Amino acid sequence: MDFILLSILKTAIAAPVLLGTLAYLVWIERKVLAHVQLRIGPSRVGPHGLLQPIADAIKLLTKEDFIPSYVNKFYYWLAPWLALMFAVTAISVIPIGPIVEVFGIKTNMGQADISIGLLLILGLTGMGVYGIALAGWSSNNKYSLLGGLRSSAQMIAYELPMAMAIASPLLIVNTLNLREIVNAQAGYTFGILPNWNVLGGGLQIFSFLIYLTCAFAETNRIPFDLPEAENELVGGYNTEYSSMKFAAFFMAEYCNIITACSVATTLFLGGWHPIIPNELGGQFIPTLVCLFFAGVLFYHALNPSRPSDRLSMGVIGAVILGLGLMFQVPGVKDLAQPLFWFASKAGFLIFFFIWVRGTVPRFRYDQLMRFAWLFLFPAALLNLLVTAFIVALKSN
Amino acid sequence: MDVLLFTFFALVAIVGAVSLVLQKHPISSALSLVSVMVALSVLFLLLGAEFIAAAQLVVYSGAIMVLFVFVIMLLNAGAERESRKAGLAQFLGLPLTAALLVFASYVITQSMSNAKAVKFGAFTGGGPREVGWALFTQYLLPFEVTSILILVAIAGAVVLARKEID
Repeated sequence: MDFILLSILKTAIAAPVLLGTLAYLVWIERKVLAHVQLRIGPSRVGPHGLLQPIADAIKLLTKEDFIPSYVNKFYYWLAPWLALMFAVTAISVIPIGPIVEVFGIKTNMGQADISIGLLLILGLTGMGVYGIALAGWSSNNKYSLLGGLRSSAQMIAYELPMAMAIASPLLIVNTLNLREIVNAQAGYTFGILPNWNVLGGGLQIFSFLIYLTCAFAETNRIPFDLPEAENELVGGYNTEYSSMKFAAFFMAEYCNIITACSVATTLFLGGWHPIIPNELGGQFIPTLVCLFFAGVLFYHALNPSRPSDRLSMGVIGAVILGLGLMFQVPGVKDLAQPLFWFASKAGFLIFFFIWVRGTVPRFRYDQLMRFAWLFLFPAALLNLLVTAFIVALKSN
Repeated sequence: MDVLLFTFFALVAIVGAVSLVLQKHPISSALSLVSVMVALSVLFLLLGAEFIAAAQLVVYSGAIMVLFVFVIMLLNAGAERESRKAGLAQFLGLPLTAALLVFASYVITQSMSNAKAVKFGAFTGGGPREVGWALFTQYLLPFEVTSILILVAIAGAVVLARKEID
């Protein structure tokens, strides 16, 4: 029963954090996109629009939950929650830190630590297609149906190269357990270059790129966001949805992005291991980064471009300064530092997703399919063969 | 705990299987089959066959059934109209099914009278490493023969599809 109690406790901590991250990811995306396009972005609700996600949540909760008369009620109702359920469940197997001891209880940072972690993620994200496909079909709307069909076809097409891109680092680390995968990437070559899969070990940079490309397609992001291409399909599979059901799709999408980036971090970027060995000062990097940002914010607080900045920038700067000092507190350090490294790696990938959205135009549908089957799939196959060859040579 | 989980997911599997047959709409039937597959994968997991459970989830419910649903959606198949049932099936169908089930359970309980109840986590040889080891040493020949069979099937599918296009 101890295990169950501990799991419930961990979920009680992780679930609000995850939901908060999802809400603020929307804010971050809007802000970054705005700055890419030389706009300001959300700025009305709260300082720098920081309360925008809360306002959005209240709006979505209180909006009329309109169900068109011509939909297939049961599947129409089921689809968004199915999508959200599988998206959220997949995150549970990702380890965000090493095994730590908190209040005398030894536990792993992460929900579940199972031997088939990676396969479970593949399975659950594969199941996520049902949500989108069913939404498209049950809406009884041409645009929705087309969106649902496109999405299923796209996910089937891109799941193959993705699985193959995942398989090649697995040949090197020799396990499916995500914790062991991360631990296999510990240590440094020549005492400085991290042993991450993406850097050393048999050209895994190609697997990483293939995986990342497929992740864009699997999460329906630009340049592969054809399932919801606004200017062709109105809104795609979620055209007929409103209120919380729409929010569920929205959350599932962002949840999938977080999962994809976290998997990339664990598989290729060494999970929670620091980029510079702790002996060479890696443990001070979190603090230094926080100090830098706090400094920038304090500078803007002293030279405000808007009167309100004097307070808001100062307060946020103080929070970040406190966060930076927290990374050096002895008891908290072991917990916070791995979290920092994991979050910053995954966060950088998420930023990359947003960056690409602001930069690259959308593919045409036939280009999308041709790219998957005629380029990505053979490339992934070749990559897997080469990796297998290297591993076989090394083991001899 | 494991008894509770087993009962629940076994019930899900059975209800899903019955609903697969009874549903009128192809999408509903396909999704019932998905629920059966998912329940089966949990049952495998309860038995400790972790790899099989994951494979069941990835291959059957994640890939094959998605393809089914995709095709049904693409063809936009409507609800099937009920045909006149054959006279014999109408009256004897249910009793004969019940009789078959009773007979099967009788045979199983008789032939495995001294079997022990399975406990959650009692079996530990189901991880990916063990399955891979067994597949590539003890069962290498069947494994390779199966892969050739699948290759032939793929080639056949391509040939047939090409004929359609011409």
